[in-house]
Amino acid sequence: MPFIVAFVFAYILWLVLTAGTNGLLWSSQELIAGLIFAGIIGYATKDIVGEKSTRFLNPIRWLEWIAYAPVLFWGMVKANFHVAWLVITGRIRPGIVRVPVDLEEDAQYTILGNSITLTPGTLTIDACPEEKALYVHWIDIPKGMEKPESSEPVSGPFEKWARRLGK
Amino acid sequence: MSWVNYLIYAFLAVNITFNLLGSIALHRFPDVYTRLHGATKCTTFGTIFAVFAVAAHALYQLHVTGDAKYLQMTLHSFVALIALLLTNPVGAHAIAKAAHLSGYKPAKAVIDAYEEKLGGGKE
Amino acid sequence: MIEPVFFYSALIISFAAFLAILRILLGPSVPDRVVGVDTLNTLVVAAMVLLGAAYDRTIYIDIAIVYALLSYIGTLIIARYLQGGLE
Repeated sequence: MPFIVAFVFAYILWLVLTAGTNGLLWSSQELIAGLIFAGIIGYATKDIVGEKSTRFLNPIRWLEWIAYAPVLFWGMVKANFHVAWLVITGRIRPGIVRVPVDLEEDAQYTILGNSITLTPGTLTIDACPEEKALYVHWIDIPKGMEKPESSEPVSGPFEKWARRLGK
Repeated sequence: MSWVNYLIYAFLAVNITFNLLGSIALHRFPDVYTRLHGATKCTTFGTIFAVFAVAAHALYQLHVTGDAKYLQMTLHSFVALIALLLTNPVGAHAIAKAAHLSGYKPAKAVIDAYEEKLGGGKE
Repeated sequence: MIEPVFFYSALIISFAAFLAILRILLGPSVPDRVVGVDTLNTLVVAAMVLLGAAYDRTIYIDIAIVYALLSYIGTLIIARYLQGGLE
């Protein structure tokens, strides 16, 4: 089963990279060569990819990723105007805070950590799944927020999304 | 021709603004962690708009000339964007963690919970 | 034609890259320099994509893909080295 996952993703990448080399669609030689190379890559990486990766073949999950993109993009827009404001004024109040989160899987921590890094004012420094917490560098801590009780003030809606996407 | 041009100008203006802002942030902020904020967020955002500008240009050329190499240009620039979006936050996280573990304290910090955790582990 | 616009944008981005290089040269500590290198990598990818459009060559954008992935590995290795081995 991991072989099929790696094969599908390698073949999709091959199709994207070779589209338009010879006419708008693919020639039959390209399709066959892609099958061979994707087979080799799928066989070579099937132990690395692992058994849990089959959840990425679920089409509903792909639709959820597409729905997640505008949310993340809006977060990035806010983040950039915030950082622009800080660069211009130079008024910062930085610190590293411990943020308790309620997640189980490693993939959820990865998604939440990357989303936090790209969204307003925060940067993930370490993730500790054993104590269910993230250590986050916050560039402009509001007064009285040095020990947040939940991830709501730091990550906004992203914990909910990470829990759903990484399941 | 006209409105696509203005779209491309707008995308390029956003791209230049935020990329310059990211590199100015490197000189404006006092320590490693705050510099990483500016560098990671602003340059990632600016590069997204560079890719959008190139994609708008290439799709318009595809529409006008019908040359398939412009389709290739669009798809490849989006692959570059996805590679950048996946790798940039992870790189920033790795640098921040390595800087903290090798002993660089955040300047002007009001709280450092990670230091408390590491100190507690050693005792 | 519109291509000069992309070329001038790439020129301004190379000025931003110059600021990043200045940080690499000045940077008081090693992590500061690594942050400068990381910024420089992203800016080079942006400039590559823009130059690919300016000169009408798709191969430049392919180089940008490979550069993004390889520079990421470089950053990770420097970070590992800095933190003192694998943990």
